[in-house]
Parts: sequence; structure tokens; C-alpha cells
Amino acid sequence: MTQRVKFYQTGTFTVGNRLLDAESRTVQATVERNNSLTSGHRACQGCGEALGARYAVDAAMRACNSQLLCVNATGCLEVFSTPYPESSWRVAWLHSLFGNAPAVASGVAAALRAKGRTETRVLAQGGDGGTVDIGMGCLSGMFERNDDVLYICYDNEAYMNTGVQRSGRTPPGARTSTTPAVGPHPGNVFGQGKHPAIIAMAHDIPYVATASVADLHDLEEKVTKAMSIGGARFIHVHVPCPLGWGSEPCNTMRLARLAVETGLFPLFEGEHGEVISTTPIRRRQPVEEYLKLQKRFRHVIGDPQALAAIQALADRNIRRFNLVRENAA
Amino acid sequence: MTQKKPFAITLDIGSSLANHTGSWRTERPVYVHRMPPCNNACPAGENIQGWLHDAEEGRYEDAWHTLTADNPLPAIHGRVCYHPCEDACNRGQLDTSVNIHAIERFLGDEALRQGWKISCAPQTGKRVLVVGSGPSGLSAAYHLRRLGHAVVIYEAGAEAGGMMRYGIPQYRMPRDILDAEIGRIAGLGVEFRLNSKVEDLEETMDAERCDAAFIAIGAHLAKRVDIPARDAGGILDAVSVLRGVEKGDAPSFIGRRVAVYGGGNTALDVARTAERLGAKEAMLIYRRTREQMPAHDFEVAEALEEGVQVHWLSTIAGVEGAKVKIEKMKLDENGWPQPTGEFETLEADTVILALGQMTDSDFLAQVDGVKISKDGVVEVDAGMMTGRPGIFAGGDMVPAERSVTVAVGHGKLAARNIDAYLRGTRFEHAPRPELATFDRLNTWYFTDADKTRQAQLDMARRLSSFKEIVQGLDEETALFESRRCLSCGNCFECDNCYGVCPDNAVKKLGPGQGYEFNYEFCKGCGLCAAECPCGAIAIVPEQI
Ligand SMILES: Cc1cc2nc3c(=O)[nH]c(=O)nc-3n(C[C@H](O)[C@H](O)[C@H](O)COP(=O)(O)OP(=O)(O)OC[C@H]3O[C@@H](n4cnc5c(N)ncnc54)[C@H](O)[C@@H]3O)c2cc1C
Ligand SMILES: Cc1ncc(C[n+]2csc(CCOP(=O)(O)OP(=O)(O)O)c2C)c(N)n1
Ligand code: SF4
Ligand code: SF4
Ligand SMILES: [Mg+2]
Repeated sequence: MTQRVKFYQTGTFTVGNRLLDAESRTVQATVERNNSLTSGHRACQGCGEALGARYAVDAAMRACNSQLLCVNATGCLEVFSTPYPESSWRVAWLHSLFGNAPAVASGVAAALRAKGRTETRVLAQGGDGGTVDIGMGCLSGMFERNDDVLYICYDNEAYMNTGVQRSGRTPPGARTSTTPAVGPHPGNVFGQGKHPAIIAMAHDIPYVATASVADLHDLEEKVTKAMSIGGARFIHVHVPCPLGWGSEPCNTMRLARLAVETGLFPLFEGEHGEVISTTPIRRRQPVEEYLKLQKRFRHVIGDPQALAAIQALADRNIRRFNLVRENAA
Repeated sequence: MTQKKPFAITLDIGSSLANHTGSWRTERPVYVHRMPPCNNACPAGENIQGWLHDAEEGRYEDAWHTLTADNPLPAIHGRVCYHPCEDACNRGQLDTSVNIHAIERFLGDEALRQGWKISCAPQTGKRVLVVGSGPSGLSAAYHLRRLGHAVVIYEAGAEAGGMMRYGIPQYRMPRDILDAEIGRIAGLGVEFRLNSKVEDLEETMDAERCDAAFIAIGAHLAKRVDIPARDAGGILDAVSVLRGVEKGDAPSFIGRRVAVYGGGNTALDVARTAERLGAKEAMLIYRRTREQMPAHDFEVAEALEEGVQVHWLSTIAGVEGAKVKIEKMKLDENGWPQPTGEFETLEADTVILALGQMTDSDFLAQVDGVKISKDGVVEVDAGMMTGRPGIFAGGDMVPAERSVTVAVGHGKLAARNIDAYLRGTRFEHAPRPELATFDRLNTWYFTDADKTRQAQLDMARRLSSFKEIVQGLDEETALFESRRCLSCGNCFECDNCYGVCPDNAVKKLGPGQGYEFNYEFCKGCGLCAAECPCGAIAIVPEQI
């Protein structure tokens, strides 16, 4: 009855694990990590976006031997990191406008190609508003031309930097400053929404993925894989925002995790327009567990109909992406 | 840089490292060590979480040294300890508790196999008398030796070990293991005087020129009840039977049918021993119900497996030759058994009483200040000292739960107090940290892994011999099992805090060194504490 030693206490769920060999740990577990977004930035306490950006850019830096150039859309990530002329970035970094980051990145990639600097890679990043709303036109162009850019969207589900206005990524039922929790249908409308990863896949680009700040190993693998490919690539990262969501700063990870475990934020990868893998849910949770930790959903908790409608969205994702599997743990 | 800045520019060119966001903080995270529930429950005060941490890395010898800082007898405890640590283990609330005793046994056996050694502090010139070489006396002797004192043990019996040798049967406590662990203590320079019963304590102390004494004489006098019996010859007591088996003068014929009166561990052990001595039927007669039995569940289960029968809610009303008259009992509303007036007759060649033991402490009555209460039990203070300064006592002879592990714990505590007494100081307990309760953990991070089970001897071989029933774990399984530990309340270097801080305010100091907060930048969001799997970070209010 000898058991093979395959169990390492926390496996790869934690950031590091002293019992695992170094290759199985994350970039974030190393003291050599770049800290691309360094201390002193002005993001709120417990900001998921600040964390997501460091995770992603550090992994990208590692993948290209630090030959990276970042283009940033306007939004919290830009404002809290770079109150001109001070900066938290430890990477070549460029900011232009709210809606044009993909176009600027395409231009940078073209310039590098013209100069023959093929070893330098381009990463563009922005919030959900900058990506799925105002930036969608030039993002679609960047995809359709297959420009050599990795675009990363940090999705905190509203326009946080300007005071929590609704975006195309604001979930149904959520209260924002433009979708107040009043009237017969409080909060954001049910029915529509934008899934940027699916929109990106519709362009048949080489690589598309969704990721969560709560699943670091998965996120780093996806960034690393994206960096190993040429052409247009897109990663959509879910990042809780304590200010906009009305959640405790210490709950940022828990919320990101619950979004995955409820099925509300499915994790998958696509290549050339087809889904190639989905990440199964480890411990499935009802949506209420996720919603009840956020003030933006407070009115939903007492509304069985709204609750059921949100649960139905989660269930649909679970079916669509086959997220609940036997022996998933 | 105070040069004039352009219009609307207030900051200097440079890195945001100039912006010390630590000033935002109203609460701060601090690394703490919380008390793991296993450690908290261990009567010997072992740092279980600590030695599991070593074992997880395959550093078994280090693990054994961490363990033996508190308990000199791991191979024994891995076999006979009732492991209250496992009842308290947080992992029990997740799936099943860590199989702590099995890993302890693995370490203990490994130490014997490889001859790992213990070292002692330089001689202090002080000398201590220990009376009794049961687990309590052995533990006191070991700890006193490690603290540099000379120790002499007086033991009434022909061999050392106390009830571990003359009570606990070999199928649970193999004697080669017992001998080896006692031998290691002797190897530290502890002198053993066997066949030396102490009759006059002060005289012995003088003769041995001892500065203090620790008494641990156990409880060896069987309690009896008045049972109307025509022929009392067939009535034996459990401790005598068990001692007889060990000394090789067991009754040559125990009888075909043996009735044991009692419901404790001793009753079960003597019934199972009777089966091994050739009894075809062994039955227990117990006044109450299974739930009320003082014996431990696993022992009851093992006995039932071996075919021991139990008459619950029954008392012996009389014995007449081979006929035992029992009266059925009924529980009253307070749960006490009450006679019903209904009788039954059973056939039994032998009746064995297992109704508890008293301490033979008469010789202590003449020592000034020593207080003796009911059943010969001796009163001690919180430092295990009797009413007579310099004379300490522990184990079965003092009021406490009676187990090998409690006895070892007493021996350790007494040794520390004796050491302080000899140095003219007072022993102070280290402050007890707050308990690492289950709700302090973030168990999401732990991988599912069910407890590994220990193999058992097959039934035919069990009943035909005194061979050890429960088998040990091999190295890989022990490693697997160690790695099931959640490391409650103590950092195990998973890098979560280092990873999840949005402000890079956690410094990683390197393997074995842990981490440090950089309060210049920590904003006090509390993510590190929330995501620490084992509850090793506390959030405390900032002094503002
Ligand atoms: C059948 C049985 C099974 C048990 N099973 C378990 C078990 O599985 N797990 C567990 O934890 N506990 C078990 N116990 C209880 C456990 O054995 C005792 O609690 C423990 O041994 C007490 O240790 P001690 O050092 O206080 O005394 P003892 O082990 O009783 O040792 C006392 C020693 O003092 C000696 N002595 C007595 N008087 C004198 C004197 N005047 N001069 C010199 N020497 C003297 C005795 O000869 C003896 O060697 C069992 C007990 C019995 C009877
Ligand atoms: C063309 C233009 N319109 C409006 C703004 C104001 N503005 C700055 S950031 C922002 C919202 C950013 O939202 P999002 O992209 O989701 O990023 P977040 O702040 O939530 O991270 C807006 C509306 C602008 N800078 N430029
Ligand atoms: S508003 Fe939200 S996204 Fe912006 S810095 Fe604060 S927590 Fe981060
Ligand atoms: S999980 Fe480990 S530290 Fe926690 S109670 Fe169990 S054995 Fe002790
Ligand atoms: Mg946003």
C-alpha cells in the first residue's frame, strides 16, 4: 500500500511551494521577479488590477528576456502608476490615450519591425472600458491585421478611474454610478454584455485566453504561452476592485476565486478561433457566495428572481465551457 | 530636488519608490506563530507541527530531534499513545486528521534503526533520585539528564518500563522497541537500580546523596468489589494476570470461557490476552453502554473484531463455581445504571476483575508535608511538587488522566521544575500563543488527500500469538502523510503573502528564513493575511 509521493500539501495552488522543484513554482515566487509595477503606486488598498498587471507583465518580462515595451491605455492602471513625471513602471512604457492603445501598440510593433528589432516584444494593456468599449475599433483592427502585439485587458467591470461608471463588462444587476440600485429593475440591465475573448476568437487570431488574478499559475502559463507566439494575441484577466465593487480590500483574491468557482468567469484558451482548453472548477459555489461580499449586489441578495437569473448565467457558462468535471481536483 | 517645476507638475521625475504608501495604513499585518491544535492537545507537549514540518522535507533526523526535545519515547508513543492530537487536528474538519501517531512511530523506529543520538548539557554536579521506571520516571530522568543533572532510578521490578511492560500487552507494545527506547535513556548515563523497591524515601535520598526526588510509582493495586462467591479461587485481577503473562508465570490454564468485569482499556487488554492464552470465549461484563465505556473506540473495535463479546448494562451479582450470575441494568434519567431485578446466568471458568487501580503510596505517609488522598493518590502543585519542597511526583499516582503520554508530560514538567529548584529559580511556562483554530485557515489552497491507513496483521495470526497487530508506514507513505499537515498557525513558506501583495511590500528572505513586511509601502489591505493558508499572519490596529 505504498503511496507514490505525488502530494505536496498545497500542490501548485499556492504562489510557491517549498516542496516543489523550482520549475514548478511561479515567477512571482522568485526573488528575481522584475516587480514591473513597483511599490509606491497609488492604487487603492487591495487593488486587483495592480496585482494582475504585476503578475502579467512580470511573466511577460521573464518570457522575452526583459526585451519588452508596454503601451498603456488611460484608466486606473495608468493613473495610479504614473502621475507624470513619476512612475512605478520598471519596464519601457508608453501612454497615449484612452481608446487608442491597440493602435499605438500596432504602430510600435511596426516601427520595431522596420528597425529590425525583432527581439523586442510589444505588450498593450488597458481596463475593460478602454478595451471593450472605446478601444474596440482599433483592437479589432489590430486583431484583423494580426499585428505582433499581446493585448491584455484587466477587467474590473466598470470605468473605475472616473468614478465607477457602467461599461460593456458591467455584469447584470450590478450597481454603478450610472446604473443605480433604484426602480423596478435596479442595477445594470440583464440581457446583453460583451465577451471580449469570444470577440477576439471571432477574428481567428493565433491565441486568446481568459485568466484570473486568483489563479496565478494558470495566468502565468497563459502569458508565457502567448509570448511564445507571434501575431495578435489577447488575454482577458478578471481583477476585482474593492472601491467599485464595495468589497473589503482583503477579499480581492477570494472574490476573484469565487467568480471562477461559481462559473461567472470561465477560464479558457482558444487558438485560431477554437476553444482548445477550459479550466475546470475545483470547488463549485453558488453565485450568492460571490455576490454577498459586494455592496454593488446588495439589492440582488434579497431578490430571488435576480439571484436566479445570475445563477442561470453561471450555469450556462458551466455547460458551455464544460467547467464541472469528475476528479477535477 | 527643489528646482522650479513646470505648470501643474508637483512631483519629481523618478520612481514611485519616493511615495511611501505605508502612511495610508490603519492596520498592519504581522507574522505570528499560533498554537496548532495538535500541539495544544498533546499531553507530552510535543511540537507536532514543528516536527511534521521537518519530516515534510524528508529531514527525518531533524524531525526526530524536534520531537525528542519533548518526548524521549516516540517509537513507544507511535504505538500506544491515544493520540488526542488527532482528535484535535484541523485537517479532520477538511477530510480526515493527519495520521500523526503513525509518523511518530516511523520516526521512532527510524531512530532506532539508524542509532540517532541525543546529547546532554555539561554536568551540573546535582543528583536526582527517581522512584519508578514507568514512562513518567523515564521521562523525568531523560529530561534531567539532558539538563546536565545526574540521575539514579530505583525500580521495584526486575525490569524497567512500568505498565508499558507489565500492563500493555505485546501485541500493542513489542518489547524489543520498549527495550531499545529505555536503553537509549540508560545510554545517557542514567543509573538504574532494578529490584530495588524504595521503602524509606529520605533514607534512600541520603544514601544516594540526591538533592531532589521525583516519585512515579504508578497505580498497581487492583481495586476489588465484594462479589458473593462460593469459590473465590476462580476470581483474578487484570493487572496480576497481565503482569504474570509478562513474567512468564501466567496461569497455565486460563479456562475455556473467561469473563472480564469492567469497561476500561485494561478490561479489553486482559480479555484479548485471555484469547491469546487459549480461551475460546472471552466476554466483557460492563455496567453501562458502549458510548459510556472509558475504553477508546479503536480498542473496542479491535476487541470486537477479535470476537470478544460484551454484555452491556450488566453487573456481576454472584459467582458460584463456573456459573456467573449477572443482573441487567437500566440507565436512569441522569445516565446512571440502576438495577432492574432481572438476572441471567453465564458460564465462565475464570472471572477477571478490571475495575481500576490504586497507588501503593503507604511509604510516603512518613514523609513530612506529602498529602495522600483517596486510593493512595498524591497531591502535587502546578509544578508537580508535593507538599514537601524538593520532592516531586507525577504519572498515574497523581490526580490526572492515566496514560503513558500524560505520564511523560508530567515527567518533563517535573524535570523543568526540579531543574529550577536545584538552581534556586522558578520555572516559567513560555506564554501560550493564541490557538490556530480552523477558521484561521484558508483551506482552499490545500490539495485533497485522504489519510493513509496502517496495515494490520491478519486475524488468524493475531489470535494465535502476541505479535504486533498494527504495522508501520514505509518511508514514502510516511512522507505523504506528513505532507497532509496544514501547518496550522505557522508559516510553511508557500510564498502566498509574497505573491499576493499588490504593493510588493513583502520581502522574501530565502529558504528557512521566512518573510518580512516592508511597512514603508504596506497599505494594510490585509490580502496577505486573508490568503495565508495556515493563519500565520495577524492584522493588528496601527497606533495612530
Ligand atoms: C493493561 C493496561 C493497558 C494500558 N494501555 C495503555 C495505552 O495503550 N496507552 C496509554 O497511554 N496508557 C495505557 N495504559 C496506562 C499507562 O500504562 C499508565 O498510565 C502509565 O504507565 C503510567 O506511568 P507511570 O510512570 O506513572 O507508572 P507505571 O508505568 O505504573 O510505573 C511505575 C513503576 O514504579 C515502580 N514502583 C512502584 N512502587 C515502587 C517503589 N516503592 N520503589 C521503586 N519502584 C516502584 C513500579 O514497579 C513501576 O515500574 C495502560 C494501562 C494498563 C494497566
Ligand atoms: C476619450 C476619453 N474619454 C474619457 C476619458 C476619461 N476616462 C479616463 S479613465 C476612464 C475610465 C477607465 O475605465 P477602464 O478602462 O475600465 O479602466 P479602469 O479605470 O476601470 O481600470 C475614463 C472614462 C478619457 N481619458 N478619454
Ligand atoms: S479604483 Fe479599483 S482598479 Fe482603481 S486603483 Fe482602486 S481598486 Fe484598483
Ligand atoms: S493539520 Fe498539522 S498542524 Fe494542523 S492540527 Fe493537524 S497535524 Fe497539527
Ligand atoms: Mg474598468
